[in-house]
Amino acid sequence: MTRTLEPPPRATSPPVTTRTRKRRLGLGKPIPFGRVLGPLLLIGLWSAASATGLLDPRILSAPWTVVEAGVRLTEDGTLPDSIATSLSRAAIGFLVGASVGTSLAVAAGLSRIGEALIDGSVQVKRAIPTLGLIPLLILWLGIGEAFKIVVIALGVAVTLYIQTYSSLTGIDSRYVELAEVVGLNRRQFVRKVVFPGALPGFFVGLRLGVTGSWLALVVLEQINATSGIGYLMFQAQNYGQTEVILVGLVVYGLFGFVSDALLRVLERRVLSWRRTLAG
Amino acid sequence: MASNARGLRVANLVRRFGDRAVLDGLDLDIAPGEFVALLGRSGSGKSTLLRAIAGLDYDVTGTGELDVPDRVSVAFQDSRLLPWLRVLDNVVLGVGGSDAREHGRQALAEVGLEGRERAWPSELSGGEQQRVALARCLVRDPEVLLADEPFGSLDALTRIRMHGLLRELCARHRPAVLLVTHDVDEAVELADRVVVLEDGRIRLDVAVTLPAPRSHRDPGFQSYRDQLLLALGITEGATP
Ligand SMILES: Nc1ncnc2c1ncn2[C@@H]1O[C@H](COP(=O)(O)OP(=O)(O)O)[C@@H](O)[C@H]1O
Ligand SMILES: [Mg+2]
Repeated sequence: MTRTLEPPPRATSPPVTTRTRKRRLGLGKPIPFGRVLGPLLLIGLWSAASATGLLDPRILSAPWTVVEAGVRLTEDGTLPDSIATSLSRAAIGFLVGASVGTSLAVAAGLSRIGEALIDGSVQVKRAIPTLGLIPLLILWLGIGEAFKIVVIALGVAVTLYIQTYSSLTGIDSRYVELAEVVGLNRRQFVRKVVFPGALPGFFVGLRLGVTGSWLALVVLEQINATSGIGYLMFQAQNYGQTEVILVGLVVYGLFGFVSDALLRVLERRVLSWRRTLAG
Repeated sequence: MASNARGLRVANLVRRFGDRAVLDGLDLDIAPGEFVALLGRSGSGKSTLLRAIAGLDYDVTGTGELDVPDRVSVAFQDSRLLPWLRVLDNVVLGVGGSDAREHGRQALAEVGLEGRERAWPSELSGGEQQRVALARCLVRDPEVLLADEPFGSLDALTRIRMHGLLRELCARHRPAVLLVTHDVDEAVELADRVVVLEDGRIRLDVAVTLPAPRSHRDPGFQSYRDQLLLALGITEGATP
């Protein structure tokens, strides 16, 4: 046995056997803050390229120029105002879309009439990219806030509908059998089996929906807007201010990252019964 | 215990998938408190019979008489716990009344899982999950307990423990039991009566009269086993 080859433990050391743990098929322990390592490395390369003059500031400003621009825009209030405008568009659009999509999915997933009325229509809508509806929606709604919110909401609603509906209708038939054996009534069945079983799919929908809402926001604010982050970037493009464009991109990126992280936390709490490889 | 416990009566049961009769005029009676093991080759219709008794047969046509009491519990081969409900909530799933949870706790204690009420099913071993499933059967105070190879997915040691537990629980609660198994030893060890399903009917119906602690080495045990193996068409019969 290899253990006999180890030096005898000193009196002060705790009586713990330190054996290297066997590698599992999972990914192993996550590296602390591992997710930020890649981005940090990229920023390092970028800084080096800027400092050595390898990178023309007209192509891409140096990181510190971007930070300065961010500070300046924050101090004169432009950036906070733009963020507030963009955030509220995305948030309202997302909330409206998520509510509508989920309600439709529940209606279609739990009743045959709902399914007949709703599912076909949504599947047709699904085939048309939401952004392709923009010309029609501009004719109907003008280019005000309502238009932007509707475009965002439409995309989110379809995403949530598809994910939620398919997980509501795709519950394991073994669980249906169990529900019959233990004599659940329809309401108990929906509450104890169908809804909890559909939650993972619902969360997939939420996360895809959030991503989709940022995507729609970026597109909308660059086509026709007079406020918001996208507008800020559009203006900067006219004046060749790459640092402002980068500030805008960083803000968009942060939006996306933070919203996804929040959803992950929520998902982990709500679905605490799941133990997956990702841990 | 329920005073007017009823047994189970199946008469002239026919079940067909397409034009193939899987059960073809099957008769089976189980008295209250009687433990019957059902043997049969794979595909002989054991699960079909169980599902018919449990009222779970939809895409199947058939006729026949089924006299089944109201309180029927079913144990599946997989424990079939809902992963998103904690152990106690799984046990009392569908049980009404204010004292349901208290009964659930008692049932968990009976299967030796006191204190695990708030665990998630995924935190339990296979044997423990199957015990939770047993507790879920018990808490309904069943007049009939139907079990479809409930130990089929367990390892040998766990299975031996589960045999003891099942025998003890059945002796205490006295439901009529129909246990589907492919394991002849399991059948002889646990059952008051062993029936063999073949060609859609009960071909062999043997009362097992061995005294209580049944040992595989007992010659009586072996003769039951040989008889049943023969009925199942396994001719090398004699064991080394
Ligand atoms: N839903 C079904 N549709 C068609 N055939 C089925 C269905 N369920 C079972 N069968 C057939 O009925 C026969 C008996 O099945 P089953 O009762 O599951 O056998 P076992 O004795 O192994 O439990 C098998 O031949 C099987 O293929
Ligand atoms: Mg079977």
